[in-house]
Amino acid sequence: MEKRDESSVKLVGFWVSPFVHRVRWALKLKGVEYEYIEEDIFNKSPLLSELNPLYKKVPVLVHDGKPLSDSSIILEYVDQKWRSNPLFPDDPYQRAQAHLWARFADEKVLESAWLALCSEGKTQERAVKQAIENLEHVEEKLKGKRFFGGDIIGHVDLMMGFISYMLPVWEEVGGVKILDPHKFPAIAAWTNNFLNHEAIKAEYLPPTAETSTYFQWRRKELIPVYASYGQ
Amino acid sequence: MGDELILLGYDISMFAMRVSIALDEKGIEYEYREESLDNKSPLLLEMNPVHKKVPVLIHNGKPVSESLIILEYIDEVWNDKPPLLPSDPYQRAQARFWADLIDKKIYINGGRVVWFSKGEEQEAGKKELMDGLKLLEAELGEKVYFGGDKFGFLDVALIPFYNCFDTFERCGKLRIEEHCPKLIAWAKRCMEKESVSKSFAMAHPSKIDEYVLMTRKKYGIE
Repeated sequence: MEKRDESSVKLVGFWVSPFVHRVRWALKLKGVEYEYIEEDIFNKSPLLSELNPLYKKVPVLVHDGKPLSDSSIILEYVDQKWRSNPLFPDDPYQRAQAHLWARFADEKVLESAWLALCSEGKTQERAVKQAIENLEHVEEKLKGKRFFGGDIIGHVDLMMGFISYMLPVWEEVGGVKILDPHKFPAIAAWTNNFLNHEAIKAEYLPPTAETSTYFQWRRKELIPVYASYGQ
Repeated sequence: MGDELILLGYDISMFAMRVSIALDEKGIEYEYREESLDNKSPLLLEMNPVHKKVPVLIHNGKPVSESLIILEYIDEVWNDKPPLLPSDPYQRAQARFWADLIDKKIYINGGRVVWFSKGEEQEAGKKELMDGLKLLEAELGEKVYFGGDKFGFLDVALIPFYNCFDTFERCGKLRIEEHCPKLIAWAKRCMEKESVSKSFAMAHPSKIDEYVLMTRKKYGIE
């Protein structure tokens, strides 16, 4: 453990954000001590404006006074600065594949699942169909493996992590079925491996009634916003 | 060396241009294959089955897609040539952040919206694009290149969009040089580089005009 860096790591986050959870998992895996600062994203603080002036979003990692935003970028930085339990493979081709699947996690899987949560009618039907198609690619990728990279947990597992515990909440709140364990046995097995990993278990806060309430509210607010998406 | 490199692209693709510029900067030999948007080759469909998009770099039969990911791959594999990315982790993270901003503000939510919409939606796109360009203008500051003294990752990521500025200005009734003079000066400096001018030679701005007009008609905007 690199003690000299410990006290100078801060993470600004929001309790229910899967993007923030990823960073917490990464820091746990690396054994990095940090100060967590909860931000009310609906009532943004001057601190957030100062640390992430362009987007004013969480997570923001501050290391030795220097801020970084975007969970995927933060995860790569963390991997480079703290070398225990590497999250990325050494081989450049495998690294490129990891980057690609990390993008797929956010741009396709999470995006479609979020839209399925925050829509209804035809828009929701389309989103669900898209989400299932995306999961079919994920299923294919996971076949015969414990984790996305093989035997060891890595970057892509953290990026896809929300599937294991957040997606079921979104499905329930949105009144949809996306991840049928019978249709997606490899994903179901991975969910088990992921949630039982000691670092994830140690940092894991299972969804509560409060989580559902929060997403019910987001769904209600965002249905009119997303009503015209995907046309 | 025995490396087989094929780049699948199409002439006006800014994303494919990023890759050809990077390969030329590194002095790497490769075969370029032109794809047709309407008639994708079996090779493209095999090498990028999920997204079916260019660019795809096929290195000894193994595909890498997504232009920024390809740039990093090239930098890592051909690490005996001058690097595109900084070695310091914080500076690398910053470079990735800005490259992502370019994709989002200059293209996805900006330029692309300016091209393919009208009314209120287009106004929002114009704002994103101009905001993005002004941020980049500020980030460049007095530097020769985004990377400092050397042409690097961020320069490669942005310069292909210079080819679209005329079409952005026409579609959106914008004046980029007025607001971003340093950026225009930077672009002209980049154009003096062989790797950049070679890529641009294949992609005359009139082809972009044509593509945008055709697509606007297809979407029923014109």
